[in-house]
Amino acid sequence: MSAKTLFEKIWDAHVVAPETADTPAIIYIDLHLVHEVTSPQAFDELRSRGLKLRRTDRTLATLDHSTPTLPAGPDGERPYANAEAKAQVAQLEENCREFGVELHGWDSSERGIVHVIGPELGATQPGNTIVCGDSHTSTHGAFGALAFGIGTTEVGHVMATQCLLQRKPKTLAIHVDGELPKGVGAKDLILHIIGHIGVDGGTGHVIEYRGAAIEKLSMEERMTVCNMSIEAGARAGLIAPDETTFAWLKGRPRVPQGEAWDRAVAHWRTLKTDDGAQYDREVRIDAGTIKPTVTYGTHPGMAIAMDAPVPAARNAVEQRALDYMQSRAGQPMQGSKVDVVFVGSCTNSRLSDLREAAGVLRGRRVADGVRMLVVPGSEAVRRDAEAEGLHEVFRAAGAEWRIPGCSMCIAMNGDLAQPGQLVVSTSNRNFEGRQGKGARTVLASPATAAASAVAGAIADPREYMTEVAA
Amino acid sequence: MQPVTRIHSRTAVMADENIDTDRIIPARFLTTTTRTGLGKLCFNDWRYLPDGSDNPAFPLNQPEAKGCAIVVAGRNFGCGSSREHAPWALLDYGIQAVLCSEIADIFRNNALKNGLLAIVVSAAEHEWLLANPGIELSIDVQGQYIALPDGGRISFVLEPFARHCLLNGVDQLGYLLQNEKLIAHYEEQEQAA
Repeated sequence: MSAKTLFEKIWDAHVVAPETADTPAIIYIDLHLVHEVTSPQAFDELRSRGLKLRRTDRTLATLDHSTPTLPAGPDGERPYANAEAKAQVAQLEENCREFGVELHGWDSSERGIVHVIGPELGATQPGNTIVCGDSHTSTHGAFGALAFGIGTTEVGHVMATQCLLQRKPKTLAIHVDGELPKGVGAKDLILHIIGHIGVDGGTGHVIEYRGAAIEKLSMEERMTVCNMSIEAGARAGLIAPDETTFAWLKGRPRVPQGEAWDRAVAHWRTLKTDDGAQYDREVRIDAGTIKPTVTYGTHPGMAIAMDAPVPAARNAVEQRALDYMQSRAGQPMQGSKVDVVFVGSCTNSRLSDLREAAGVLRGRRVADGVRMLVVPGSEAVRRDAEAEGLHEVFRAAGAEWRIPGCSMCIAMNGDLAQPGQLVVSTSNRNFEGRQGKGARTVLASPATAAASAVAGAIADPREYMTEVAA
Repeated sequence: MQPVTRIHSRTAVMADENIDTDRIIPARFLTTTTRTGLGKLCFNDWRYLPDGSDNPAFPLNQPEAKGCAIVVAGRNFGCGSSREHAPWALLDYGIQAVLCSEIADIFRNNALKNGLLAIVVSAAEHEWLLANPGIELSIDVQGQYIALPDGGRISFVLEPFARHCLLNGVDQLGYLLQNEKLIAHYEEQEQAA
């Protein structure tokens, strides 16, 4: 048998009907994650056709996008941004009841951002196909799953048939050689990669991240990397599962137990690209040269080391991006005055991210005039963080400690920045207006975000980390 | 879905590269639970001034762009999120085709499933279309070409199944449901493994 890439192995194992010249392949989906924003019209489609949801055991729903991150008031009312947001959440609750879908709603101790709870519950497993009406579904690729975002029509397809019609994408290997320097993390790495290959550098491709620097990453770091694959336009991002993966998953609620676990791991060990397998494209990155990296423009491909000069605009669109951001060609981003700092989102809201931010903030204060929001990715993350006292570190520093949700990443729940404000954000998109109309977003790591909160300006976290260590 | 066989219109140009789905429809409008009525919100934060009046700098507010159903957009149109609200909003706003040298994957899939022609043309043809706004084009889905005013043609390729569905108004869910036996067979095999 010919050598296969990791992607091809997963793809081949899920073909219900192969593609032909006239028709795409029918691909089976192992796990369908559902949230309130992209599902209501799909449930309506099932209802209008009198269809059932085919595999409720393979469907998992949560509330995350439209949910307030401040707790309910004394009257028990949650502070929704508006009546529509509240109705949207109620609609998902009703739809899940009617169609028999497991929902991690307000009463669940496991509720959280869809891409945080899938792995936490062990629902995300190597070799799986995973979809969700959300482009950051690529996060789950960190486990060696083929995971990608779909639109609402396709959400309906999966609900009704557990399948999707897909043309086979191309493959792109990103080899990350060497070792990340001390104080430089997964977020710096992925911003650097997108800056290198471009905001459309992955279009039409599934990326496999590999190489020494990738193998060294923790699962949380791998999730951060795979999460942002879509920001390079890629269909999905993958990392081959290894001992780090198995150790992280072991004992989680939805993974196999006992002998079944051993059998699963034996299978998962085969999920790697064979020697001699061909990718459609390959890119090499040297991890050792990467510095704390931030964005300076209005898409994630406009990323540079924070101490590097902002490149001159090559065209009118780039000039408008620089003008919008008030970034100046030739000047570094480091030192730019900051108004808001956001630590959260499916990119960087896990326990390790909060520890990283708290490590910088411990014993320090958020600068006067800076508002800092820390939003854990899930109820489990919140519990673990509070058990370690991280919430006290954030509060003592003057930051707000919120309840889990997407919050200011997508800014549709009322958590947003004001026009003109500069936000240093651990999220994934710096599009114009993404965090509020006129808001200026700079994407960064949790450490950079925390250091910038303390300094009141974009700051190199390594200066703060050394002090803590000493 | 209604069949889409031919679209005839003048072009409007939105030359910006990387027009993302947050620009097409800002996230704060995604609290809707229906797919209708999004046209008035399409490009909301670009199209209107803070007082709610039309922004004269927005390309589709130009007098010559009014009524244009074909948009020639800068490279990598539709990047960003998977929100199908983007094609729903564009269609409701009156846009029936987007021509571009590169279109983001999820957006293109979503668009074609809703009868919005997301068509990739070569870089050279894209340059030419960007440089010649307001020309009358006729897009032929069956023949996979764009007829130019001078009688010339630009050919394009649509994924064959998407094209079949557009031409016949076929709905892809119906096709999947017809394959129920294959799906059940896959599930049995998987169960046995």
